[in-house]
Amino acid sequence: MSGTETPPDELYERLAAYEGRSAATAGVGKDPVNLPMIRHWCEAMGDAHPAYEGPGAVAPPTMLQAWTMGGLSGHAGRSEAYDELSALLDGAGYTSVVATDCEQEYLRPLRPGDAITFDAVIESVSPRKTTKLGTGHFVTTRMDVLADGELAGTHRFRILKYAPAGRPPKPAQRASKPEQRTPETAAAAPRRPRPVVNRDNAGFWEGVAAHRLLIQRCGGCASLRLPWLPGCAECGSPEWDTVEASGAGTVYSYVVMHHPPFPAFDPPYAVGLVELAEGVRIVSNVVGVPYDKVRIGMPVRLEFLRVDDELELPVFRAGGEG
Amino acid sequence: MKPGDELPPLTIPITRTLIVAGAVASRDYQDVHHDAELAREKGSPDIFMNILTTNGLVGRYITDHFGPRAALRGVAIRLGAPNYPGDTMTLTGTVTEVAGDTATVRVVGANGLGHHVTGTVTVEVAR
Repeated sequence: MSGTETPPDELYERLAAYEGRSAATAGVGKDPVNLPMIRHWCEAMGDAHPAYEGPGAVAPPTMLQAWTMGGLSGHAGRSEAYDELSALLDGAGYTSVVATDCEQEYLRPLRPGDAITFDAVIESVSPRKTTKLGTGHFVTTRMDVLADGELAGTHRFRILKYAPAGRPPKPAQRASKPEQRTPETAAAAPRRPRPVVNRDNAGFWEGVAAHRLLIQRCGGCASLRLPWLPGCAECGSPEWDTVEASGAGTVYSYVVMHHPPFPAFDPPYAVGLVELAEGVRIVSNVVGVPYDKVRIGMPVRLEFLRVDDELELPVFRAGGEG
Repeated sequence: MKPGDELPPLTIPITRTLIVAGAVASRDYQDVHHDAELAREKGSPDIFMNILTTNGLVGRYITDHFGPRAALRGVAIRLGAPNYPGDTMTLTGTVTEVAGDTATVRVVGANGLGHHVTGTVTVEVAR
């Protein structure tokens, strides 16, 4: 698989820290080596080698990996480190997997009845590569496959974890065209970060779900505050209720994000600090205007952006009536 | 057998059935190997053969040729162009090295898109 190399990035440094860590420890094959699975394999491959049938049958050596597969019920013995590495790659938008290399050595035949165990190590993680399929990282693991405790074969396996080309790794809405994103594309695309919802801010997100932008009002001194906090910064009172924002605001300040790119975001895009008519400010996207046309003092109007099946966010559309 | 020997080619029709049967026989339930719709969502035009099946077919190609006394000692493959349904793959092989009973064979599997697989197989043929 051809690829062009780009300089190491911060993600890569985190990925590379997994090199040398265990990918599976004392994994157990779900089935002992057995004739039915051998026969099914030979049927599929059209392989009529006499060594794979009859009383003295051995398993086709190329079946080595099959004995270690998790099947429909998932992987046995896969390590925390491997899961973490996968999650890091998934989180960065590299959600697709394709196997690219398989190198096996067969040290002794596998026979029906052999109990399979395996240990694997994460041998290497490549810098970010751009291939025909898309951009991603190659992950190489090396596995020892044991039969009844005896080394029977080695298996080096390389996969590409990638974001498919033509489906960019960061296909979130452009600031100017939020409606481009549909739930259908969201399913395969990297997701925007989820808000951390806790007891202190749950009411805010309940408001968003009901298309109401709720501002906290102190029960002691009536100061308004946003974002939500458990106590009042003016008087310290823990008592509060809410007022609903009218939705009118102006751009108090803004930045344009060019770099670094994050999964699910598509730079450049404008991040605005919007001052609401009620006097409090909120950080959000300014939409409906190209990123380079956002200006301080620009009137904006609240609307709610459906990001995906689970997430809705308050955003601000330029050209509101202030 | 001697270096430079060319193995007769083996042409394998890449049917949907072969792809799915190979995936299931190798216990690989990744959706891209059996569900065309989900494969398309992931940017692939159709389902495609998994690497374990390719591995199995390469092994079969070698033992078919060297006969009942042949035993595989190693298979190392790299995948390129995917095997999609409706294509055909033609495996060719060249003996590159012979040491005693053991031969090293360079294998290429070409489909309509290019080289699906390139690799090296080590096979021992008992006398």
